[in-house]
Amino acid sequence: MGADRSLRDRFEHGLAAPICLTWELTWACNLACVHCLSSSGRRDPDELTTSEARTLIDEFAALKVFYVNVGGGEPTIRADFFELLEYAVDRKVGVKFSTNGTRITRTRAQRLASMDYVDVQVSLDGATRVVNDAVRGAGSYDAALLAMSELSDAGFGRFKISVVMTRENVGQLDHLEALAERFGAQLRLTRLRPSGRGVDSYESLRPTAAQNRALYDWLLAHPDTLTGDSFFHLSAFGEALEGLNLCGAGRVVCLVDPIGDVYACPFVIHEEFRAGNVRSSGFRNVWQNSELFRSLREPGNAGACASCGSYDACRGGCMAAKFFTGLEMSDPDPECVFGHGEAALAAKKLTLRPTSSPDHSRKVPVAISAR
Amino acid sequence: MVAPVRAKAPFDPESPARLHPDVALRDESFGALAYHFQNRRLVFLKSRALVELVVDLEHHECARAAVAAHVGIDEVDAYVAALGRLYDAEVIDGR
Repeated sequence: MGADRSLRDRFEHGLAAPICLTWELTWACNLACVHCLSSSGRRDPDELTTSEARTLIDEFAALKVFYVNVGGGEPTIRADFFELLEYAVDRKVGVKFSTNGTRITRTRAQRLASMDYVDVQVSLDGATRVVNDAVRGAGSYDAALLAMSELSDAGFGRFKISVVMTRENVGQLDHLEALAERFGAQLRLTRLRPSGRGVDSYESLRPTAAQNRALYDWLLAHPDTLTGDSFFHLSAFGEALEGLNLCGAGRVVCLVDPIGDVYACPFVIHEEFRAGNVRSSGFRNVWQNSELFRSLREPGNAGACASCGSYDACRGGCMAAKFFTGLEMSDPDPECVFGHGEAALAAKKLTLRPTSSPDHSRKVPVAISAR
Repeated sequence: MVAPVRAKAPFDPESPARLHPDVALRDESFGALAYHFQNRRLVFLKSRALVELVVDLEHHECARAAVAAHVGIDEVDAYVAALGRLYDAEVIDGR
């Protein structure tokens, strides 16, 4: 699929409904990961009610959104989590949900294993306790591994282990792959973005240029690894990685947050990229008619990248990574493989960087609670 | 749950075919998106003509007859080949 340019050109104009829709059910979370893209922690009293959530699922079904990526916060904290899960799959809206694993008990693992159209992604940001817990908090590694055991023992099948690539874990790729094999799971790697609390941790955690090269080579050698198309900026190294190699924001991707606000992608939670709200106008209307999404579906402006021979490979990279590092949309990706991003960043050192709009971080340190 | 791997018969354009019962289609400006609810794969049907052909397969005695009813003589081979790829991707199957 990586080489299919005609299809990519069509995708740039947007689809009738998203392919990759992320729905954050809640901001409540019992962890406080340093890179949390939604700055989660505390529940918001204005979160969609069960009935509003069901109405939204009805809309997804009518639009033939074949599956949604459910996240948070920790989505299983919502008291109606299983109710909504069942409501969705009964209407043929498949659910892939991300969890930190702390609440995946044996009973819940067995319940999940009995359901069709449900995928589980357990988040883990290191192959070792030290590397993982530095990002996700003390106890989070053990909790995630326990959840993986429960899913495996319950016969869930091929769940996913979802890893955000950082400076500390790129060197653990083979180890992570072995860990996934041990549990009969599939490895999913995604890019660290400077979004949410990642605004503060991005500089110290993002992979170095040499690590990005090593990651690219590893991905080419392991084409079955899931990536959510998140490393397309690395395709500028040469051969295109698997996937559409395109920023899908507002074209094939969007985010619905816990209060029903719709954003262009999960990594640009900021007023500038808010397209509307499902409560006031319905999801279909926002997706099809919002001014923001319409403008994102216009042909891109190559800007500073126009003269680069690799623009066709990376299309200037990730919009969110540029935005939250203070770059313009016409600038190169901050992790441009040719170093053009570093140069652009250096030139802008004094400008104020934007921060994600809603912040539900907790004000006190978090300890992992009992299940 | 992972289904046991079974050797699948190769695509035979002379046999009856249909849209796979686990596949849902969504119309798009370029054609359609096909989603397979069991193997969770998305496949792109890149023209309206191909979408109409796939949906109509079940009304013909074999895949080749369906193709002949939908496209001109000089396009038959290309469309039979396209159906072969959709068969391998489990978007269509035999009936």
